[in-house]
Amino acid sequence: MANADCIVIQGSNMAECHPVGFQWVTEAKARGARVIHVDPRFTRTSAVADKHLPIRAGSDIVLLGALINHVLSNDLWFHDYVLHYTNAATLISEDFEDAEDLDGLFSGYDPETGTYHLKSWGYQTEDEGEGHQADEQRNKGDEERAKAGGQQYGSGGAPVGAGKLVRDETLQHPRTVFQILKRHFARYTPEMVQETCGIAVADFEYLARSVTENSGRDRTTCFAYAVGWTQHTLGAQFIRTASILQLLLGNMGRPGGGIMALRGHATIQGSTDIPTLFNLLPGYLPMPSVTAQTFDDYVDGIRTTTQKGYWADARAYSVNLLKSWWGDAATAENDWAYDYIPRINGAHGTYQTLMAMLKDQVDGYFLLGQNPAVGSANGRLQRMGMSHLKWLVVRDLNMIESATWWKDGPEIASGELKTEDIDTEVFFMPAATHVEKSGSFTQTQRLVQWRHQAVAPPGEAQSELEFFYELGQRIRARVADSDDPRDRPLQDLTWDYPLTEDGEPDAEAVLAEINGQFLTGPRAGEPLSSYTQMTDDGSTAGGCWIYTGIYADGVNRAAMRVPGQQQDEIASQWAWAWPANRRILYNRASADPQGRPWSERKKLVWWDPEKKTWTGKDNPDFPLDREPGSTPDPQQGGPAALAGDDPFIMQADGKGWLFAPKGMMDGPLPTHYEPQESPVDNPVYAQQQNPARIMFPREDNLSAPSGDAPGTDVYPFMFTTYRLTEHHTAGGMSRWLPYLSELQPEMFCEISPELAELKGLEPYGWATIVSPRSAIEVKVLVTDRMTPLTVGGKTIHQIGLPYHWGAGTDAVVTGDGANDLLGITLDPNVQIQNFKTGSCDIRPGRRPQGAARDELVREYQRRAGLTIMTGMERITDPERELNEDPLRARDSGDVAGRSTAYRPGQDATEQEADK
Amino acid sequence: MSRFSPLEWPVIRQLRTGDRTGRSSAVQSQHTREITARTATADRVVQSICPYCAVGCGQKVYVKDEKVIQIEGDPDSPISRGRLCPKGSASEQLVNSPGRQTRVLYRAPGASDWQPLERETAIDMIADRFIEARRRGWQDADEQGRPLRRTMGIASLGGATLDNEENYLIKKLFTAAGAVQIENQARI
Repeated sequence: MANADCIVIQGSNMAECHPVGFQWVTEAKARGARVIHVDPRFTRTSAVADKHLPIRAGSDIVLLGALINHVLSNDLWFHDYVLHYTNAATLISEDFEDAEDLDGLFSGYDPETGTYHLKSWGYQTEDEGEGHQADEQRNKGDEERAKAGGQQYGSGGAPVGAGKLVRDETLQHPRTVFQILKRHFARYTPEMVQETCGIAVADFEYLARSVTENSGRDRTTCFAYAVGWTQHTLGAQFIRTASILQLLLGNMGRPGGGIMALRGHATIQGSTDIPTLFNLLPGYLPMPSVTAQTFDDYVDGIRTTTQKGYWADARAYSVNLLKSWWGDAATAENDWAYDYIPRINGAHGTYQTLMAMLKDQVDGYFLLGQNPAVGSANGRLQRMGMSHLKWLVVRDLNMIESATWWKDGPEIASGELKTEDIDTEVFFMPAATHVEKSGSFTQTQRLVQWRHQAVAPPGEAQSELEFFYELGQRIRARVADSDDPRDRPLQDLTWDYPLTEDGEPDAEAVLAEINGQFLTGPRAGEPLSSYTQMTDDGSTAGGCWIYTGIYADGVNRAAMRVPGQQQDEIASQWAWAWPANRRILYNRASADPQGRPWSERKKLVWWDPEKKTWTGKDNPDFPLDREPGSTPDPQQGGPAALAGDDPFIMQADGKGWLFAPKGMMDGPLPTHYEPQESPVDNPVYAQQQNPARIMFPREDNLSAPSGDAPGTDVYPFMFTTYRLTEHHTAGGMSRWLPYLSELQPEMFCEISPELAELKGLEPYGWATIVSPRSAIEVKVLVTDRMTPLTVGGKTIHQIGLPYHWGAGTDAVVTGDGANDLLGITLDPNVQIQNFKTGSCDIRPGRRPQGAARDELVREYQRRAGLTIMTGMERITDPERELNEDPLRARDSGDVAGRSTAYRPGQDATEQEADK
Repeated sequence: MSRFSPLEWPVIRQLRTGDRTGRSSAVQSQHTREITARTATADRVVQSICPYCAVGCGQKVYVKDEKVIQIEGDPDSPISRGRLCPKGSASEQLVNSPGRQTRVLYRAPGASDWQPLERETAIDMIADRFIEARRRGWQDADEQGRPLRRTMGIASLGGATLDNEENYLIKKLFTAAGAVQIENQARI
């Protein structure tokens, strides 16, 4: 970021949430960069930015879309970059119809399931025959992904099939991605930004000028976002919009460019790389779906053999994982023990699991350093769900609210639950802190950093590594003599880890397994140094292919610690970044099609014509010997098929995707929908909300009406949630620390002086905030940092709420939890909940105590006339004429979607039973 | 108190020590001079990484008598260059907080409070319950007869301060046991 000429921070309060990382923004600014902060609130990030643009939460696609329109209509896009490195020239199927033509829906929408059939979004291919064959292979994979929650494309693009893609290098053909893009964003004008986001035309022009003047050969612009972009019902599309803009401006794969995801936890990146997620296996390999019954089916679902790039070798990555887990029991004859892996048949995310808990379908639950009673959406439902468990294991440093809800939770206070009636057994297991165990964290830029153990854990505290190792030992002992086939995966599991002097499993041995090794041949037993050494014949094993090389030559490279002062700014000898210790991904794009740096100023990697190799400051992210001008036969597939100007080596066509023919569940292009609860009607389309969002219509998860619908005035204000510097997420690592608790002692809201006057709220007095889910009390902070916006002719007041506090008795500081106010509605791509927008009322004074609190919530619900169907319509206007033939691709099995999707009728009936 | 000496006059001290601006050693009191930083007397210093946000700031952990006595920013880190935010600076208290739990506790069905439990017993009890919940929630096949080979009786939700190696073992064990409802803060 220090190399950027312009930094746009949007959906993040970087100065307060990533204070130390923010030094690089400050550094860029000191070197002359312009910094712009787009956020509903004025924060410390805004304070040091050149400009702050207050925005209505949830309207980001309109702002970014208008920037795209500005770039396209004023011919400000980076011609050489876009033409060569993106899919701008690729032709899209004649069947594709845009949301602009269908008033808010793309072609292929199925109103029955609320999902899209993807076929009409595909590329056109030249060779009918081969294209058809590839289509079949491709469709098989799509169907699997669809059944599995449709969100497991991992770090690579979805397969697009083979066959030579039809391109029009003049970009004039109306079916080119470029022309489709132009038409799609044409209505995203500065005026619409003003109307929808509440940002003045002059401010938009300042932003547009800043971004475009600081992009090109000599200059780069960088975007930074955090959960202000992800925690929405269309969060993945917010990021897609920024990606399109950055590709058009040529800012990807270059120093000072890119889109920085500012992740919020020490190794949240590592938790997706080596996932504890239902839909993934290590290295972004998908969890097998029920439709992929054979290993071949599974691999075909990840890649086609003829696609370009490194995902084409997915078979080898999968075999290596299976060999790591099941060793000699994984053989070519038994498909590498593929059948040992359980199958998924829908989304089994944390919120679907919550619904299963409420139906008594889950017996046991492990909480490992996580506090859903405070940190997940609809806190009441989270606590109610846990009360249905037979047993709960909470492993934490402190006695968090998720461990004590059965005696001091809000539902005990209201009388809704009685301690003596709760049959859940609870085990509290003390955990080890980061200095009491060795292991690695992967930070937000994929850098894997090793921590050395400093001291032993106190008392009975132990690491997760030790706990799960021991639990595994005991579970395996209990099934050791079983002849039930379901126990074979446990019996055959490789689970022998060497112990340290203290008797704990050696974390470095686990890292070595993740890295992988040669199993046979002259190098048997030696660690692998690159994933390109992985084979699909069982002669190598490796637990997470993208991490291969971290233990090359038996050296723990995550522990490399050459001081930064002794290195250049790439600092490649401080820890290790996946993949291949590469610090900037897709960095071949930092050179022009001929392999020369775009400019001296933005030099990173380049082609050395003398030595016939790619070289530079960073480790080149490209086959080292691939000449810039080479055009190998694309039909051979894999890395060999990458042309000299295909920098996006994980994409099936080697290009950056302006238009996503596969991979997104709610549209190949981003388009604006209003949040689940919005004070205005969607100014862009008749379609109000994301038609593919995931809803849970239940009496205990009601939504407020939107726009001009009756009852909107009962919840007239918007709220948005956020973090403070002095606290960490749900408070488990901060509200028990006296220092931090003293710095931020109590729950509060931020409101504008205008709203304070309107509602008679006294500074530092109490206020009660009521949403359709709950009522909470907060102290009032009246501040100019909150700005009322004029949107759709209305004055929109936004209320800021930090979410760190929870109701309990053990923490140094407690308070009402903001997440109790939120309902559960999910983004269809990644199943993330909307945390960033909601409708509410605010009134002076403390909330009622006990049962009267629920009565207040119900009184509001009655007044607004809420039913479980309020805000739950997939198609806003059911009378409207839908896409003529939405199911045109149905027979192909080419479907995106989830089995948990709301179906009219069905879930409503289920709801009766839930009550 | 030290005996008065003309050499200790502030101006002379300034000249004598080369502290021309009078902002360093020349203006130190004897008391200050006699203080030793606890970091200087530590038995060892261990390199670590901050456990809060994902910036990944370097930490130096100072240990004396097998206790963490201080945690400071690591100036060697090219990411953080020695800096820590309020949370990172408070992380010594994360380790030594008086409210921290160090014993296993158990709440029986219907009970109004915790009771202590031996760790070994607790892990055995959890293993028994794991096997039973796995059995009760087992699904061999879906309604079309396609094999599922999984259990829906067990679920897990982890925070994003679990080490890569820990996540690896968790995913490996749960998957081998047939449990699929494994989730993480990364989805939240």
